[in-house]
Amino acid sequence: MTEQQALYKYSLRLGDNALILSARLSEWCSNAPFLEEDLAVTNMALDLIGRAQAMLKYAGEVDGNSKTEDDLAYRRGERDYYNNLIMELPNGDFAYTMVRQLFVSTFELFFYEELQKSTDATLAAIAAKTLKEVKYHHLHAKDWVIRLGDGTEESNRRVQQAVNQLWMYTGELFEMDGTDALLMKDGIAVNAEHLKMGWIQMVTQILALANIELPADGYMQSGSRMGIHTEHLGHILSEMQYLQRAYPDATW
Amino acid sequence: MVVSRFDKEQILDILATIPDPEIPVVNILEMGMVKDVVIGDDGYEVIITPTYSGCPAVGMITADIRSTLEAKGVVPTTVRMVYDPAWTTDWMTDVAKKKLHDYGIAPPLHSSCNDEMLDNNTITCPRCGSERTHLLSRFGSTACKALYKCDACLEPFEYFKCH
Repeated sequence: MTEQQALYKYSLRLGDNALILSARLSEWCSNAPFLEEDLAVTNMALDLIGRAQAMLKYAGEVDGNSKTEDDLAYRRGERDYYNNLIMELPNGDFAYTMVRQLFVSTFELFFYEELQKSTDATLAAIAAKTLKEVKYHHLHAKDWVIRLGDGTEESNRRVQQAVNQLWMYTGELFEMDGTDALLMKDGIAVNAEHLKMGWIQMVTQILALANIELPADGYMQSGSRMGIHTEHLGHILSEMQYLQRAYPDATW
Repeated sequence: MVVSRFDKEQILDILATIPDPEIPVVNILEMGMVKDVVIGDDGYEVIITPTYSGCPAVGMITADIRSTLEAKGVVPTTVRMVYDPAWTTDWMTDVAKKKLHDYGIAPPLHSSCNDEMLDNNTITCPRCGSERTHLLSRFGSTACKALYKCDACLEPFEYFKCH
């Protein structure tokens, strides 16, 4: 693997994470518990779309095969997608979506804080922009998890259930492979393993305020770094890519 | 090769006539979205930066810049988007903040660089001036705004978030 190939894959991975989570959050549009939350989830989805666009555009430039961000989003099969599995899981109930938002945005707080120091100027610039938006997403998710966890018996039970079910998907956020190792040598990529301690501390603190117990560390799901996904990604893509597959090069 | 008939000042004056598509009371210069104008041998380049990465107005702003300059004979023009340095509400001019206020949108208080101030601020009602307001929703009708309600005059209003 050359550094160029690694950078392509790294940018794809970051773009795919944003794109797929954005697709999931968008599903709440008109289905959220109330109007203000409808605005909130779709606003966060919009930030993620913007980030996906910037990352995939850059991936296309690095690749050099004149692929646009749209080509990369609409014309790759699931085995060529590298988003973490947690992003593609169905939304579940509102508590489940907010717990995922908490896990992901807390990770992103730490991750983009580091990536803005990347020696790659484009990644650093996108990261600095992203970090501002992620802080707001994190604040929102944190408030909800505490409010629901520290709420009624029912809401507490649902948050606890979501935490228990999602926990096995958090290990993958900190995984690293040859792509990361190669890019880290030149200070391009972030050492994700180093972020784990800070993440655990922050999440533990928030869950404690929400009267939620931290699950025991057990089996962690894995696979996305190799393009291996849950059955759910294919369904997202079939819907998202329908038009470009049925009518290639369609414009309007 | 383009014989440069326009200088930077003239181009900026033209750009100042382009309103922000989402908040038409301010223009794109006052919003701090125009980073630079570069006059080269083969044309003009306008460098812009988005407010939020997913800001849907960027496409329209790009088109507006091109068509407005073209109509004035500033051709050929390209528009380039940069992310660095990231846009902040600190770049909004005082004039723009005053215009927002008069339009009924509470202007941003300060920079989001100050993390503790990201939320739970005292926002003054742009209609009656009361400080007795509360947050209704952190997210509003566009990425850049939050929703508040005034407890004095009871009117809901938008607040331009610090960013």
